[in-house]
Amino acid sequence: MGLFDRHAGLLEAYRDVRTTGADPFQIRMERVLSPTEAVINGRKTLLVGTNNYFGLTFDPSCMEAAIEAIRAEGTGTTGSRIANGSYSEHVFLEEEIAAFYGKKHCMVFTTGYQANLGVISTLVGQGDHLLIDADSHASIYDACKMTQAEVVRFKHNDPSSLESRLRRLGDKPGNKLVILEGIYSMLGDSAPLKEFVEVCKKYGAYVLVDEAHSLGALGETGRGLCESTGVLDDCHFIVGTFSKTLGAIGGYCVSNDPDFDILRVTVRSYMFTASLPPSIVASVRQALRVVKARPELRKQLWDNVATLYDGLAAQGFKLGPEHGPVVGVHLPDRMLAIGFWRAMLDAGIYVNVAVPPATPNGVSLLRCSVCAAHTPEQLQHMVEVMTGIGRQLGVISGAPKLRVVAGSR
Amino acid sequence: MPDPGTGEPLLRTAHQLIVENDDIANTLELPRLTTRLDVIREICHHLAPYQAGERPIIGATVIAKDLTIDSLAIMDMVMELEDRFDVSIPMNVVAEIHTVDQLADTILDLRAKR
Ligand SMILES: Cc1ncc(COP(=O)(O)O)c(C=O)c1O
Repeated sequence: MGLFDRHAGLLEAYRDVRTTGADPFQIRMERVLSPTEAVINGRKTLLVGTNNYFGLTFDPSCMEAAIEAIRAEGTGTTGSRIANGSYSEHVFLEEEIAAFYGKKHCMVFTTGYQANLGVISTLVGQGDHLLIDADSHASIYDACKMTQAEVVRFKHNDPSSLESRLRRLGDKPGNKLVILEGIYSMLGDSAPLKEFVEVCKKYGAYVLVDEAHSLGALGETGRGLCESTGVLDDCHFIVGTFSKTLGAIGGYCVSNDPDFDILRVTVRSYMFTASLPPSIVASVRQALRVVKARPELRKQLWDNVATLYDGLAAQGFKLGPEHGPVVGVHLPDRMLAIGFWRAMLDAGIYVNVAVPPATPNGVSLLRCSVCAAHTPEQLQHMVEVMTGIGRQLGVISGAPKLRVVAGSR
Repeated sequence: MPDPGTGEPLLRTAHQLIVENDDIANTLELPRLTTRLDVIREICHHLAPYQAGERPIIGATVIAKDLTIDSLAIMDMVMELEDRFDVSIPMNVVAEIHTVDQLADTILDLRAKR
């Protein structure tokens, strides 16, 4: 058997995608013009699938901070946090994030993926119990493979499903750790966190919340779902990323546990990879200041979410269950999703396409992510384009308007 | 009808309340009354949509191979079975289960240990 034989099925399905047109998984951004526009296939394209919720990738103050840091400290640290890769700036960043959440401790990782992978797999071990939401991100599933703890899934966003699993554990020994997400990355829905926290308290379970998509977007000061639902003090661990709202790359975990720092010499994804380069640390520190100083970005984001979500809903598209910075548009199957995606790209709009097995319940989605920097006109245009394509492809009904909505090649 | 697992007469299944002796049946606890047949039936009910062609689903059916079900759908089915039979099957245990028989045995073992 050849090394790639086990992927035969996937190769076959992938060939179908590649031979019929543009490959949604190999799009090249030829030139990025702004948080909302890039050149793709030689033409200017509206970006509505970049997780760049506040549009900070081109924030002048963040860019200047990064440039300055490169001049002062060079391009990379060439070492891990436990060797030569801890600069004063890494420590300052950790202090600032801890202070932002009002927690005592923070560890910064090179990606959010590594934060989840390392923290979750290290917090629980042999004899412990890890309970995860069925729609958890890949980084959480991968952490499950790395721990000796017993892992049980509960139904997505269903506190009673979690409760029955905690109840069944009875008086079995071992710690219990429950993993939740602030905003789920495919459909943009939020966890009923208050209810979940109640259940966890009742059964003495620890709570870890991944605020990857909710940092900046939720809460009065942008701290995420923990803040907006008033349970910041009840969440033992909060994980997040710098790769979305903060416009860079990196991950973090904050906690009040007095022994938290022991993770610095036990979490392998922290110990055995190089630390973030100075430029990233500098731009993230500045981005965090911007998040605190400019709450209007949060309002702009949600106004834009309403424009897109309500606009698409009014045309009859089937969407995720609630407003969120991620707007997931349901399509009947994989090839239709890819066809729809290609038609949108031809019309000058880029979104993500998400198909099984990367999606919950085997659904096929166009995954749109909204940016505070989008103009209402850009999003209204997108609704028109999607309405036209949706009618052409028979995804939505309704009398076609007498105008051409799809762009020409 | 005798229980194929224990050979004892089947008083009732959770699906169909075949009550042969009212007084006794009502005092018995559900755990003892869930039979292997109940479990197999429930598994087959969940797997039916994934049947490949005409081949029937039997105890020896290899779930991930002989059917059209993907790994995520298997995990979702397990979640339904967990709630139906009030047991939790850890993911590492699920990974070791290949056939319908093994899945049924796992559920029955976990029920017995409760
Ligand atoms: C829920 C969730 N957690 C973690 C991550 C990982 O983030 P990063 O890009 O920092 O690795 C992502 C990003 O895809 C995510 O959606």
